[in-house]
Amino acid sequence: MTKMRAALVEQERPPCPNGIATSLAFAWRALLKIKYIPEQLLDVTFFPVMFTLMFTYLFGGALAGSTSQYLQFLIPGILVQTVVFTTVYTGVSLNDDISKGTFDRFRSLPIWSPSPLVGALIADTVRYMIASIIVIILGLILGFRPTGSILGIIAGIVLVLIFAFSLSWIFTVIGLILQTSKAVMGISMTLLFPVTFASNIFVDPATMPGWLRTAVNINPVSLLTTAVRALMGGHTAFTEIVWVLIASAVLMLIFSPITMYLYRNKH
Amino acid sequence: MNNDMDTNNQPLAIKATGLVKCFGKHRAVNGIDLAIPQGTVYGFLGPNGAGKTTTMKILATLLKPDEGQAKVMGHDLIKEADAVRSRVSLTGQFASVDEDLNGIENLILIARLMGYPSRSAKKRASEILEAFGLQDAAKRQVKKYSGGMRRRLDIAASMIVRPDLLFLDEPTTGLDPRSRNQIWDIVRALVSTGTTVLLSTQYLDEADQLADRIAVIDHGKIIAEGTSGELKASVGSGVLHVRLLDPSTRDRAQQLLSEALSAPVHLSSDPVALSAQLTRTKAASEALAALDANQIEVSQFSLGQPSLDEVFLTLTGKRADSEKQKEGAKS
Repeated sequence: MTKMRAALVEQERPPCPNGIATSLAFAWRALLKIKYIPEQLLDVTFFPVMFTLMFTYLFGGALAGSTSQYLQFLIPGILVQTVVFTTVYTGVSLNDDISKGTFDRFRSLPIWSPSPLVGALIADTVRYMIASIIVIILGLILGFRPTGSILGIIAGIVLVLIFAFSLSWIFTVIGLILQTSKAVMGISMTLLFPVTFASNIFVDPATMPGWLRTAVNINPVSLLTTAVRALMGGHTAFTEIVWVLIASAVLMLIFSPITMYLYRNKH
Repeated sequence: MNNDMDTNNQPLAIKATGLVKCFGKHRAVNGIDLAIPQGTVYGFLGPNGAGKTTTMKILATLLKPDEGQAKVMGHDLIKEADAVRSRVSLTGQFASVDEDLNGIENLILIARLMGYPSRSAKKRASEILEAFGLQDAAKRQVKKYSGGMRRRLDIAASMIVRPDLLFLDEPTTGLDPRSRNQIWDIVRALVSTGTTVLLSTQYLDEADQLADRIAVIDHGKIIAEGTSGELKASVGSGVLHVRLLDPSTRDRAQQLLSEALSAPVHLSSDPVALSAQLTRTKAASEALAALDANQIEVSQFSLGQPSLDEVFLTLTGKRADSEKQKEGAKS
Protein backbone atom coordinates (compact mmCIF):
# COMPACT_ATOMS: atom_id res chain seq x y z
CA MET A 1 0.00 0.00 0.00
CA THR A 2 2.92 2.37 0.63
CA LYS A 3 4.03 1.76 -2.93
CA MET A 4 0.58 2.63 -4.12
CA ARG A 5 0.48 5.79 -2.05
CA ALA A 6 3.86 6.81 -3.43
CA ALA A 7 2.72 6.21 -7.01
CA LEU A 8 -0.37 8.30 -6.39
CA VAL A 9 1.17 11.18 -4.51
CA GLU A 10 4.45 11.78 -6.32
CA GLN A 11 3.35 12.97 -9.67
CA GLU A 12 3.31 16.06 -11.76
CA ARG A 13 0.25 16.73 -13.83
CA PRO A 14 1.00 16.35 -17.53
CA PRO A 15 0.18 19.26 -19.83
CA CYS A 16 -3.32 19.35 -21.30
CA PRO A 17 -3.45 17.16 -24.43
CA ASN A 18 -4.50 18.62 -27.78
CA GLY A 19 -7.10 17.20 -30.12
CA ILE A 20 -4.53 15.83 -32.59
CA ALA A 21 -2.62 13.97 -29.89
CA THR A 22 -5.76 12.40 -28.44
CA SER A 23 -7.10 11.44 -31.89
CA LEU A 24 -3.79 9.76 -32.68
CA ALA A 25 -3.89 7.92 -29.35
CA PHE A 26 -7.32 6.54 -30.33
CA ALA A 27 -6.03 5.60 -33.78
CA TRP A 28 -3.19 3.73 -32.07
CA ARG A 29 -5.76 1.86 -30.00
CA ALA A 30 -7.78 0.85 -33.07
CA LEU A 31 -4.66 -0.34 -34.90
CA LEU A 32 -3.61 -2.43 -31.86
CA LYS A 33 -6.90 -4.24 -32.28
CA ILE A 34 -5.83 -5.49 -35.69
CA LYS A 35 -2.91 -7.15 -33.89
CA TYR A 36 -5.27 -8.96 -31.50
CA ILE A 37 -8.15 -9.63 -33.89
CA PRO A 38 -6.49 -10.27 -37.24
CA GLU A 39 -9.79 -11.77 -38.46
CA GLN A 40 -10.84 -8.17 -39.11
CA LEU A 41 -8.49 -8.19 -42.06
CA LEU A 42 -10.03 -11.36 -43.45
CA ASP A 43 -13.02 -9.45 -44.78
CA VAL A 44 -10.72 -6.91 -46.32
CA THR A 45 -8.75 -9.61 -48.13
CA PHE A 46 -11.24 -12.37 -48.75
CA PHE A 47 -14.03 -10.28 -50.20
CA PRO A 48 -12.11 -8.61 -53.02
CA VAL A 49 -10.30 -11.83 -53.93
CA MET A 50 -13.61 -13.68 -54.18
CA PHE A 51 -15.36 -10.98 -56.17
CA THR A 52 -12.48 -10.46 -58.56
CA LEU A 53 -12.12 -14.17 -59.30
CA MET A 54 -15.86 -14.74 -59.63
CA PHE A 55 -16.58 -11.85 -61.93
CA THR A 56 -13.45 -12.24 -64.01
CA TYR A 57 -13.76 -15.93 -64.73
CA LEU A 58 -17.55 -16.43 -64.60
CA PHE A 59 -18.74 -13.32 -66.42
CA GLY A 60 -15.61 -11.68 -67.79
CA GLY A 61 -15.51 -13.59 -71.06
CA ALA A 62 -19.20 -12.99 -71.78
CA LEU A 63 -19.09 -9.33 -70.80
CA ALA A 64 -15.88 -8.12 -72.38
CA GLY A 65 -14.93 -10.81 -74.89
CA SER A 66 -12.03 -12.10 -72.82
CA THR A 67 -11.12 -12.36 -69.14
CA SER A 68 -7.94 -10.34 -69.53
CA GLN A 69 -9.81 -7.48 -71.18
CA TYR A 70 -12.47 -7.56 -68.48
CA LEU A 71 -9.76 -7.32 -65.75
CA GLN A 72 -8.64 -3.93 -67.09
CA PHE A 73 -12.22 -2.73 -66.64
CA LEU A 74 -13.00 -4.52 -63.36
CA ILE A 75 -10.00 -3.89 -61.08
CA PRO A 76 -10.53 -0.14 -60.50
CA GLY A 77 -14.20 -0.95 -59.77
CA ILE A 78 -13.38 -3.77 -57.36
CA LEU A 79 -11.04 -1.37 -55.58
CA VAL A 80 -13.94 1.04 -55.08
CA GLN A 81 -16.34 -1.71 -54.00
CA THR A 82 -13.92 -3.26 -51.51
CA VAL A 83 -13.13 -0.01 -49.78
CA VAL A 84 -16.77 1.09 -49.75
CA PHE A 85 -17.77 -2.19 -48.07
CA THR A 86 -14.96 -1.85 -45.55
CA THR A 87 -16.47 1.42 -44.29
CA VAL A 88 -19.25 -0.61 -42.63
CA TYR A 89 -16.79 -1.79 -40.00
CA THR A 90 -16.44 1.75 -38.71
CA GLY A 91 -20.07 1.64 -37.58
CA VAL A 92 -19.85 -1.93 -36.31
CA SER A 93 -16.77 -1.33 -34.15
CA LEU A 94 -18.18 1.95 -32.78
CA ASN A 95 -21.35 0.13 -31.75
CA ASP A 96 -19.29 -2.60 -30.05
CA ASP A 97 -17.31 -0.03 -28.10
CA ILE A 98 -20.42 1.69 -26.84
CA SER A 99 -22.16 -1.50 -25.76
CA LYS A 100 -19.07 -2.51 -23.76
CA GLY A 101 -18.95 0.66 -21.64
CA THR A 102 -15.45 1.64 -22.79
CA PHE A 103 -16.86 4.81 -24.26
CA ASP A 104 -18.27 5.95 -20.91
CA ARG A 105 -14.74 6.40 -19.68
CA PHE A 106 -13.65 8.20 -22.84
CA ARG A 107 -16.60 10.52 -22.62
CA SER A 108 -15.78 11.43 -19.01
CA LEU A 109 -12.19 12.43 -19.93
CA PRO A 110 -11.20 16.08 -20.37
CA ILE A 111 -10.39 15.66 -24.08
CA TRP A 112 -11.58 17.13 -27.38
CA SER A 113 -14.83 15.21 -27.59
CA PRO A 114 -14.77 14.05 -31.25
CA SER A 115 -11.30 12.52 -30.86
CA PRO A 116 -12.42 8.90 -30.20
CA LEU A 117 -14.37 9.01 -33.47
CA VAL A 118 -11.73 10.84 -35.47
CA GLY A 119 -9.08 8.43 -34.14
CA ALA A 120 -11.14 5.43 -35.17
CA LEU A 121 -11.60 6.89 -38.65
CA ILE A 122 -7.86 7.51 -39.01
CA ALA A 123 -7.24 3.86 -38.18
CA ASP A 124 -9.96 2.81 -40.61
CA THR A 125 -8.23 4.78 -43.34
CA VAL A 126 -5.17 2.62 -42.72
CA ARG A 127 -7.41 -0.40 -43.12
CA TYR A 128 -8.80 0.96 -46.41
CA MET A 129 -5.24 1.46 -47.59
CA ILE A 130 -4.39 -2.17 -46.83
CA ALA A 131 -7.51 -3.25 -48.75
CA SER A 132 -6.53 -1.08 -51.74
CA ILE A 133 -3.03 -2.49 -51.88
CA ILE A 134 -4.35 -6.05 -51.77
CA VAL A 135 -6.74 -5.40 -54.66
CA ILE A 136 -4.07 -3.76 -56.82
CA ILE A 137 -1.55 -6.55 -56.18
CA LEU A 138 -4.14 -9.23 -56.88
CA GLY A 139 -5.06 -7.44 -60.08
CA LEU A 140 -1.45 -7.22 -61.20
CA ILE A 141 -1.00 -10.94 -60.56
CA LEU A 142 -4.10 -11.83 -62.63
CA GLY A 143 -3.05 -9.61 -65.52
CA PHE A 144 -4.29 -6.08 -64.78
CA ARG A 145 -1.96 -3.73 -66.69
CA PRO A 146 -2.75 -0.10 -65.93
CA THR A 147 -1.59 2.23 -68.68
CA GLY A 148 -1.38 5.22 -66.33
CA SER A 149 1.64 6.20 -64.28
CA ILE A 150 2.35 5.18 -60.68
CA LEU A 151 1.20 8.66 -59.71
CA GLY A 152 -2.11 8.06 -61.44
CA ILE A 153 -2.63 4.83 -59.52
CA ILE A 154 -1.77 6.53 -56.23
CA ALA A 155 -4.08 9.43 -57.04
CA GLY A 156 -6.87 6.91 -57.72
CA ILE A 157 -6.32 5.25 -54.36
CA VAL A 158 -6.23 8.59 -52.56
CA LEU A 159 -9.53 9.60 -54.16
CA VAL A 160 -11.09 6.32 -52.98
CA LEU A 161 -9.77 6.93 -49.45
CA ILE A 162 -11.22 10.45 -49.35
CA PHE A 163 -14.62 9.18 -50.41
CA ALA A 164 -14.49 6.25 -47.94
CA PHE A 165 -13.53 8.54 -45.04
CA SER A 166 -16.56 10.73 -45.80
CA LEU A 167 -18.88 7.79 -46.34
CA SER A 168 -17.86 6.32 -42.95
CA TRP A 169 -19.78 9.06 -41.17
CA ILE A 170 -23.04 7.52 -42.40
CA PHE A 171 -22.08 4.31 -40.65
CA THR A 172 -21.07 6.05 -37.43
CA VAL A 173 -24.61 7.46 -37.36
CA ILE A 174 -26.09 3.98 -37.93
CA GLY A 175 -23.69 2.57 -35.32
CA LEU A 176 -24.90 5.09 -32.76
CA ILE A 177 -28.62 4.63 -33.46
CA LEU A 178 -28.93 0.84 -33.54
CA GLN A 179 -28.74 -1.42 -30.49
CA THR A 180 -26.50 -4.26 -31.65
CA SER A 181 -23.54 -4.53 -33.97
CA LYS A 182 -25.31 -7.31 -35.88
CA ALA A 183 -28.14 -4.94 -36.72
CA VAL A 184 -25.58 -2.32 -37.82
CA MET A 185 -23.98 -4.87 -40.11
CA GLY A 186 -27.32 -5.98 -41.53
CA ILE A 187 -28.70 -2.53 -42.27
CA SER A 188 -25.43 -1.22 -43.66
CA MET A 189 -25.02 -4.14 -46.05
CA THR A 190 -28.62 -3.75 -47.20
CA LEU A 191 -27.83 -0.15 -48.04
CA LEU A 192 -24.51 -0.85 -49.71
CA PHE A 193 -25.43 -3.76 -51.96
CA PRO A 194 -27.79 -1.80 -54.22
CA VAL A 195 -25.50 1.24 -54.15
CA THR A 196 -22.46 -0.71 -55.32
CA PHE A 197 -24.25 -3.01 -57.78
CA ALA A 198 -26.38 -0.27 -59.35
CA SER A 199 -23.19 1.32 -60.58
CA ASN A 200 -20.71 0.91 -63.40
CA ILE A 201 -18.36 -1.26 -61.31
CA PHE A 202 -19.19 -4.53 -63.06
CA VAL A 203 -20.80 -3.58 -66.35
CA ASP A 204 -21.11 -0.66 -68.71
CA PRO A 205 -24.55 0.87 -68.05
CA ALA A 206 -25.16 1.39 -71.81
CA THR A 207 -27.48 -1.64 -72.02
CA MET A 208 -29.53 -0.75 -68.93
CA PRO A 209 -33.08 0.65 -69.18
CA GLY A 210 -33.12 4.45 -69.32
CA TRP A 211 -34.38 5.16 -65.79
CA LEU A 212 -31.78 2.84 -64.27
CA ARG A 213 -29.04 4.27 -66.44
CA THR A 214 -29.85 7.74 -65.12
CA ALA A 215 -29.68 6.48 -61.52
CA VAL A 216 -26.43 4.64 -62.17
CA ASN A 217 -24.83 7.64 -63.81
CA ILE A 218 -25.49 9.98 -60.89
CA ASN A 219 -24.54 7.36 -58.28
CA PRO A 220 -21.39 8.74 -56.58
CA VAL A 221 -19.95 5.22 -56.63
CA SER A 222 -20.15 5.27 -60.47
CA LEU A 223 -18.55 8.70 -60.61
CA LEU A 224 -15.78 7.50 -58.31
CA THR A 225 -15.26 4.36 -60.39
CA THR A 226 -15.07 6.35 -63.62
CA ALA A 227 -12.59 8.76 -62.04
CA VAL A 228 -10.39 5.93 -60.72
CA ARG A 229 -10.49 4.10 -64.09
CA ALA A 230 -9.43 7.28 -65.83
CA LEU A 231 -6.63 8.01 -63.37
CA MET A 232 -5.28 4.47 -63.64
CA GLY A 233 -5.67 4.56 -67.41
CA GLY A 234 -3.44 7.60 -67.70
CA HIS A 235 -5.93 10.43 -68.13
CA THR A 236 -7.89 12.68 -65.80
CA ALA A 237 -11.68 12.61 -65.59
CA PHE A 238 -11.83 16.10 -64.22
CA THR A 239 -15.63 16.44 -63.95
CA GLU A 240 -15.99 13.13 -62.12
CA ILE A 241 -13.20 13.98 -59.67
CA VAL A 242 -14.86 17.27 -58.81
CA TRP A 243 -18.23 15.54 -58.33
CA VAL A 244 -16.68 12.89 -56.08
CA LEU A 245 -15.07 15.60 -53.96
CA ILE A 246 -18.38 17.48 -53.75
CA ALA A 247 -20.23 14.28 -52.76
CA SER A 248 -17.59 13.60 -50.09
CA ALA A 249 -17.89 17.10 -48.69
CA VAL A 250 -21.70 16.88 -48.61
CA LEU A 251 -21.62 13.50 -46.82
CA MET A 252 -19.20 14.90 -44.23
CA LEU A 253 -21.17 18.10 -43.72
CA ILE A 254 -24.42 16.23 -43.17
CA PHE A 255 -23.34 13.16 -41.23
CA SER A 256 -20.46 14.30 -39.05
CA PRO A 257 -22.59 16.84 -37.09
CA ILE A 258 -25.35 14.21 -36.68
CA THR A 259 -22.74 11.72 -35.44
CA MET A 260 -21.39 14.22 -32.93
CA TYR A 261 -24.87 15.12 -31.71
CA LEU A 262 -25.79 11.46 -31.18
CA TYR A 263 -22.43 10.73 -29.57
CA ARG A 264 -22.74 13.52 -27.04
CA ASN A 265 -26.29 12.64 -26.09
CA LYS A 266 -25.97 8.86 -26.05
CA HIS A 267 -26.74 7.12 -22.78
CA MET B 1 -21.02 31.23 4.90
CA ASN B 2 -19.90 30.27 1.43
CA ASN B 3 -22.35 28.16 -0.50
CA ASP B 4 -19.67 25.62 -1.36
CA MET B 5 -18.84 24.89 2.27
CA ASP B 6 -20.61 22.54 4.60
CA THR B 7 -21.74 23.45 8.11
CA ASN B 8 -18.23 22.87 9.52
CA ASN B 9 -16.82 25.18 6.86
CA GLN B 10 -15.15 22.31 5.00
CA PRO B 11 -14.99 22.72 1.22
CA LEU B 12 -17.50 20.53 -0.61
CA ALA B 13 -16.60 18.05 -3.36
CA ILE B 14 -20.22 17.82 -4.46
CA LYS B 15 -23.09 20.19 -3.84
CA ALA B 16 -26.30 19.18 -5.60
CA THR B 17 -29.88 20.32 -5.30
CA GLY B 18 -32.99 18.75 -6.77
CA LEU B 19 -31.38 16.53 -9.41
CA VAL B 20 -33.97 14.86 -11.65
CA LYS B 21 -33.43 12.57 -14.63
CA CYS B 22 -36.25 10.92 -16.54
CA PHE B 23 -36.04 8.12 -19.09
CA GLY B 24 -39.39 8.36 -20.81
CA LYS B 25 -41.98 8.26 -18.04
CA HIS B 26 -39.62 6.62 -15.57
CA ARG B 27 -38.07 9.07 -13.10
CA ALA B 28 -34.73 7.33 -12.57
CA VAL B 29 -33.47 10.16 -10.37
CA ASN B 30 -36.25 11.95 -8.58
CA GLY B 31 -34.99 14.95 -6.63
CA ILE B 32 -31.59 14.22 -5.10
CA ASP B 33 -29.77 16.71 -2.86
CA LEU B 34 -26.17 16.14 -1.85
CA ALA B 35 -23.50 17.94 0.16
CA ILE B 36 -20.33 15.84 0.25
CA PRO B 37 -17.26 17.30 1.98
CA GLN B 38 -13.87 16.93 0.29
CA GLY B 39 -11.54 14.18 1.44
CA THR B 40 -14.28 11.82 2.58
CA VAL B 41 -15.85 8.62 1.31
CA TYR B 42 -19.54 8.90 0.63
CA GLY B 43 -21.62 5.79 0.01
CA PHE B 44 -24.72 5.34 -2.12
CA LEU B 45 -26.54 2.30 -0.83
CA GLY B 46 -29.47 0.83 -2.70
CA PRO B 47 -30.77 -2.06 -4.80
CA ASN B 48 -30.44 -2.42 -8.56
CA GLY B 49 -32.39 0.20 -10.42
CA ALA B 50 -32.54 2.60 -7.46
CA GLY B 51 -30.87 5.40 -9.44
CA LYS B 52 -27.33 5.15 -8.06
CA THR B 53 -25.59 4.76 -11.42
CA THR B 54 -27.71 7.43 -13.09
CA THR B 55 -26.89 9.92 -10.32
CA MET B 56 -23.18 9.15 -10.70
CA LYS B 57 -23.37 9.54 -14.46
CA ILE B 58 -25.00 12.94 -14.02
CA LEU B 59 -22.28 14.03 -11.59
CA ALA B 60 -19.55 12.77 -13.95
CA THR B 61 -21.08 14.87 -16.82
CA LEU B 62 -22.13 11.80 -18.83
CA LEU B 63 -25.82 12.65 -18.54
CA LYS B 64 -27.49 16.01 -18.39
CA PRO B 65 -29.98 16.35 -15.53
CA ASP B 66 -33.53 17.30 -16.54
CA GLU B 67 -33.89 19.44 -13.43
CA GLY B 68 -31.73 20.68 -10.61
CA GLN B 69 -28.16 21.87 -10.45
CA ALA B 70 -24.87 20.76 -9.03
CA LYS B 71 -21.35 21.96 -8.40
CA VAL B 72 -18.57 19.41 -8.52
CA MET B 73 -15.23 20.49 -7.03
CA GLY B 74 -16.56 24.04 -7.17
CA HIS B 75 -17.42 23.95 -10.89
CA ASP B 76 -20.91 24.09 -12.33
CA LEU B 77 -21.82 20.73 -13.81
CA ILE B 78 -23.29 22.12 -17.01
CA LYS B 79 -21.59 25.44 -17.65
CA GLU B 80 -18.13 24.19 -16.71
CA ALA B 81 -18.37 20.54 -17.77
CA ASP B 82 -14.78 20.49 -19.05
CA ALA B 83 -13.42 21.80 -15.75
CA VAL B 84 -15.41 19.12 -13.93
CA ARG B 85 -14.08 16.40 -16.26
CA SER B 86 -10.50 17.39 -15.54
CA ARG B 87 -11.04 16.95 -11.79
CA VAL B 88 -13.06 13.71 -11.65
CA SER B 89 -12.76 10.15 -12.84
CA LEU B 90 -15.32 7.41 -13.28
CA THR B 91 -15.04 3.65 -13.08
CA GLY B 92 -18.23 2.16 -14.38
CA GLN B 93 -20.31 -0.70 -13.11
CA PHE B 94 -19.09 -2.75 -16.03
CA ALA B 95 -15.34 -2.42 -16.17
CA SER B 96 -14.62 0.39 -18.59
CA VAL B 97 -11.34 -0.96 -19.88
CA ASP B 98 -10.72 -2.34 -23.36
CA GLU B 99 -10.97 -6.13 -23.22
CA ASP B 100 -9.10 -6.68 -26.46
CA LEU B 101 -5.98 -4.84 -25.37
CA ASN B 102 -3.58 -5.96 -22.66
CA GLY B 103 -3.15 -4.30 -19.26
CA ILE B 104 -0.25 -2.02 -20.06
CA GLU B 105 -1.76 -0.90 -23.38
CA ASN B 106 -4.96 0.13 -21.63
CA LEU B 107 -3.01 2.30 -19.20
CA ILE B 108 -0.74 3.75 -21.90
CA LEU B 109 -3.84 4.75 -23.85
CA ILE B 110 -5.30 6.59 -20.86
CA ALA B 111 -1.93 8.18 -20.04
CA ARG B 112 -1.63 9.49 -23.62
CA LEU B 113 -5.18 10.78 -23.48
CA MET B 114 -4.37 12.58 -20.23
CA GLY B 115 -1.56 14.41 -21.99
CA TYR B 116 1.58 12.38 -21.27
CA PRO B 117 3.96 12.35 -24.23
CA SER B 118 4.54 8.86 -25.63
CA ARG B 119 7.61 7.88 -23.58
CA SER B 120 6.46 9.18 -20.21
CA ALA B 121 3.06 7.61 -20.88
CA LYS B 122 4.78 4.22 -20.90
CA LYS B 123 6.70 5.03 -17.75
CA ARG B 124 3.64 6.25 -15.89
CA ALA B 125 1.58 3.24 -17.07
CA SER B 126 4.08 0.69 -15.74
CA GLU B 127 4.49 2.65 -12.50
CA ILE B 128 0.73 2.53 -11.84
CA LEU B 129 0.43 -1.07 -13.00
CA GLU B 130 3.06 -2.07 -10.46
CA ALA B 131 1.45 -0.03 -7.69
CA PHE B 132 -1.76 -1.97 -8.28
CA GLY B 133 0.05 -5.32 -8.29
CA LEU B 134 -0.69 -6.09 -11.92
CA GLN B 135 2.83 -6.03 -13.37
CA ASP B 136 2.77 -9.80 -14.01
CA ALA B 137 -0.34 -9.43 -16.12
CA ALA B 138 0.96 -6.43 -18.09
CA LYS B 139 1.13 -8.29 -21.40
CA ARG B 140 -2.02 -10.33 -20.93
CA GLN B 141 -5.23 -9.41 -22.74
CA VAL B 142 -7.77 -7.97 -20.31
CA LYS B 143 -10.27 -10.53 -21.62
CA LYS B 144 -8.26 -13.14 -19.73
CA TYR B 145 -8.16 -11.22 -16.43
CA SER B 146 -10.16 -12.33 -13.38
CA GLY B 147 -12.98 -10.09 -12.19
CA GLY B 148 -10.83 -8.68 -9.39
CA MET B 149 -7.89 -7.90 -11.68
CA ARG B 150 -10.15 -6.19 -14.15
CA ARG B 151 -11.58 -4.02 -11.40
CA ARG B 152 -8.10 -3.09 -10.17
CA LEU B 153 -7.01 -2.22 -13.70
CA ASP B 154 -10.12 -0.10 -14.07
CA ILE B 155 -9.34 1.84 -10.89
CA ALA B 156 -5.66 2.04 -11.89
CA ALA B 157 -6.72 3.67 -15.17
CA SER B 158 -8.56 6.31 -13.15
CA MET B 159 -5.38 6.97 -11.15
CA ILE B 160 -3.01 7.72 -14.04
CA VAL B 161 -3.61 11.33 -13.09
CA ARG B 162 -5.00 11.24 -9.57
CA PRO B 163 -8.46 12.81 -9.66
CA ASP B 164 -9.80 15.03 -6.90
CA LEU B 165 -13.02 13.06 -6.97
CA LEU B 166 -13.42 9.42 -7.93
CA PHE B 167 -16.75 7.79 -8.76
CA LEU B 168 -16.67 4.08 -7.97
CA ASP B 169 -19.81 2.41 -9.24
CA GLU B 170 -20.33 -0.89 -7.43
CA PRO B 171 -16.61 -1.69 -7.31
CA THR B 172 -16.98 -5.12 -5.70
CA THR B 173 -20.23 -6.49 -7.13
CA GLY B 174 -19.57 -10.06 -8.21
CA LEU B 175 -16.08 -10.30 -6.69
CA ASP B 176 -14.77 -13.01 -4.37
CA PRO B 177 -13.99 -11.98 -0.75
CA ARG B 178 -10.24 -11.73 -1.31
CA SER B 179 -10.54 -9.43 -4.32
CA ARG B 180 -13.10 -7.44 -2.41
CA ASN B 181 -10.63 -6.85 0.41
CA GLN B 182 -8.00 -5.76 -2.11
CA ILE B 183 -10.38 -3.21 -3.56
CA TRP B 184 -11.22 -1.96 -0.08
CA ASP B 185 -7.52 -1.49 0.67
CA ILE B 186 -7.12 0.43 -2.56
CA VAL B 187 -10.01 2.72 -1.70
CA ARG B 188 -8.50 3.43 1.73
CA ALA B 189 -5.13 4.21 0.15
CA LEU B 190 -6.77 6.59 -2.32
CA VAL B 191 -8.60 8.45 0.37
CA SER B 192 -5.41 8.83 2.39
CA THR B 193 -3.89 10.72 -0.56
CA GLY B 194 -6.72 13.24 -0.48
CA THR B 195 -9.06 11.95 -3.17
CA THR B 196 -12.76 12.19 -2.38
CA VAL B 197 -14.60 8.97 -3.23
CA LEU B 198 -18.25 8.55 -4.10
CA LEU B 199 -18.97 4.86 -3.92
CA SER B 200 -22.14 2.99 -4.78
CA THR B 201 -22.86 -0.43 -3.38
CA GLN B 202 -25.58 -2.96 -2.70
CA TYR B 203 -23.85 -4.19 0.46
CA LEU B 204 -24.32 -2.55 3.83
CA ASP B 205 -21.06 -4.01 5.16
CA GLU B 206 -19.13 -2.43 2.30
CA ALA B 207 -20.63 0.99 2.97
CA ASP B 208 -20.02 0.33 6.65
CA GLN B 209 -16.33 -0.50 6.08
CA LEU B 210 -15.51 2.38 3.78
CA ALA B 211 -17.96 5.23 3.87
CA ASP B 212 -17.95 8.14 6.29
CA ARG B 213 -21.54 8.88 5.42
CA ILE B 214 -24.14 6.84 3.59
CA ALA B 215 -27.20 7.80 1.59
CA VAL B 216 -29.80 5.06 1.17
CA ILE B 217 -31.36 5.43 -2.26
CA ASP B 218 -34.62 3.96 -3.48
CA HIS B 219 -36.74 4.89 -6.50
CA GLY B 220 -34.44 7.80 -7.32
CA LYS B 221 -34.73 9.39 -3.90
CA ILE B 222 -32.56 9.52 -0.80
CA ILE B 223 -34.72 7.88 1.85
CA ALA B 224 -32.17 8.05 4.68
CA GLU B 225 -28.80 9.65 5.21
CA GLY B 226 -26.21 9.47 7.96
CA THR B 227 -23.20 7.63 9.31
CA SER B 228 -23.40 3.85 9.25
CA GLY B 229 -23.89 3.90 13.05
CA GLU B 230 -26.89 6.18 12.69
CA LEU B 231 -28.40 4.02 9.95
CA LYS B 232 -27.93 0.81 11.87
CA ALA B 233 -29.45 2.33 14.98
CA SER B 234 -32.54 3.15 12.94
CA VAL B 235 -32.76 -0.49 11.88
CA GLY B 236 -32.58 -1.87 15.41
CA SER B 237 -30.30 -4.49 16.92
CA GLY B 238 -30.46 -6.87 14.04
CA VAL B 239 -32.65 -9.69 12.94
CA LEU B 240 -33.65 -13.02 14.44
CA HIS B 241 -33.80 -15.83 11.88
CA VAL B 242 -35.61 -19.02 12.91
CA ARG B 243 -35.99 -22.35 11.08
CA LEU B 244 -38.63 -24.79 12.27
CA LEU B 245 -38.65 -28.57 12.08
CA ASP B 246 -42.25 -28.77 10.95
CA PRO B 247 -43.61 -26.30 8.36
CA SER B 248 -47.17 -26.76 9.67
CA THR B 249 -46.22 -24.98 12.90
CA ARG B 250 -45.12 -21.83 11.11
CA ASP B 251 -48.36 -19.85 11.46
CA ARG B 252 -48.46 -20.47 15.18
CA ALA B 253 -44.76 -19.60 15.46
CA GLN B 254 -45.34 -16.35 13.58
CA GLN B 255 -48.05 -15.36 16.04
CA LEU B 256 -45.91 -16.22 19.08
CA LEU B 257 -42.87 -14.40 17.79
CA SER B 258 -44.75 -11.25 16.93
CA GLU B 259 -46.25 -11.20 20.43
CA ALA B 260 -42.90 -11.78 22.10
CA LEU B 261 -41.00 -9.27 19.97
CA SER B 262 -43.83 -6.81 19.40
CA ALA B 263 -42.58 -6.48 15.80
CA PRO B 264 -43.85 -7.76 12.44
CA VAL B 265 -42.59 -11.25 11.59
CA HIS B 266 -41.57 -11.90 8.02
CA LEU B 267 -42.27 -15.28 6.34
CA SER B 268 -39.56 -16.25 3.92
CA SER B 269 -40.15 -18.26 0.73
CA ASP B 270 -38.60 -21.24 2.53
CA PRO B 271 -41.67 -22.87 4.21
CA VAL B 272 -39.89 -23.44 7.54
CA ALA B 273 -38.17 -20.06 7.89
CA LEU B 274 -39.22 -16.83 9.61
CA SER B 275 -37.42 -13.65 10.53
CA ALA B 276 -38.16 -10.58 12.62
CA GLN B 277 -36.55 -7.28 13.54
CA LEU B 278 -35.20 -6.93 17.05
CA THR B 279 -35.35 -3.74 19.03
CA ARG B 280 -33.20 -5.22 21.77
CA THR B 281 -31.04 -8.33 21.68
CA LYS B 282 -32.48 -9.85 24.85
CA ALA B 283 -35.92 -10.15 23.26
CA ALA B 284 -34.51 -12.94 21.08
CA SER B 285 -34.07 -15.38 23.97
CA GLU B 286 -37.52 -14.57 25.29
CA ALA B 287 -39.02 -15.23 21.87
CA LEU B 288 -37.24 -18.59 21.56
CA ALA B 289 -38.41 -19.52 25.04
CA ALA B 290 -41.98 -18.75 23.98
CA LEU B 291 -41.65 -21.17 21.04
CA ASP B 292 -40.21 -23.83 23.31
CA ALA B 293 -43.03 -23.39 25.85
CA ASN B 294 -45.54 -24.05 23.03
CA GLN B 295 -43.79 -27.22 21.82
CA ILE B 296 -42.71 -25.70 18.55
CA GLU B 297 -39.41 -27.29 17.64
CA VAL B 298 -36.68 -25.09 16.23
CA SER B 299 -34.03 -26.69 14.03
CA GLN B 300 -31.83 -23.60 13.72
CA PHE B 301 -31.75 -19.99 14.80
CA SER B 302 -29.37 -17.09 14.31
CA LEU B 303 -28.99 -13.41 15.10
CA GLY B 304 -28.02 -11.41 12.03
CA GLN B 305 -26.44 -8.04 11.57
CA PRO B 306 -28.86 -5.76 9.81
CA SER B 307 -28.41 -6.28 6.08
CA LEU B 308 -29.29 -3.94 3.24
CA ASP B 309 -32.51 -5.88 2.99
CA GLU B 310 -33.36 -5.07 6.58
CA VAL B 311 -32.41 -1.43 6.22
CA PHE B 312 -34.84 -1.33 3.36
CA LEU B 313 -37.51 -3.20 5.21
CA THR B 314 -37.30 -0.73 8.02
CA LEU B 315 -37.05 2.39 5.89
CA THR B 316 -39.57 1.57 3.20
CA GLY B 317 -41.68 -1.21 4.67
CA LYS B 318 -40.81 -3.46 1.73
CA ARG B 319 -37.94 -5.71 0.87
CA ALA B 320 -35.08 -4.58 -1.32
CA ASP B 321 -34.95 -7.81 -3.28
CA SER B 322 -38.51 -7.44 -4.56
CA GLU B 323 -37.05 -4.54 -6.51
CA LYS B 324 -34.31 -6.77 -7.87
CA GLN B 325 -36.84 -9.37 -8.98
CA LYS B 326 -38.76 -6.71 -10.83
CA GLU B 327 -35.53 -5.65 -12.56
CA GLY B 328 -34.86 -9.27 -13.41
CA ALA B 329 -38.29 -9.72 -14.90
CA LYS B 330 -37.84 -6.62 -17.04
CA SER B 331 -34.58 -7.66 -18.62
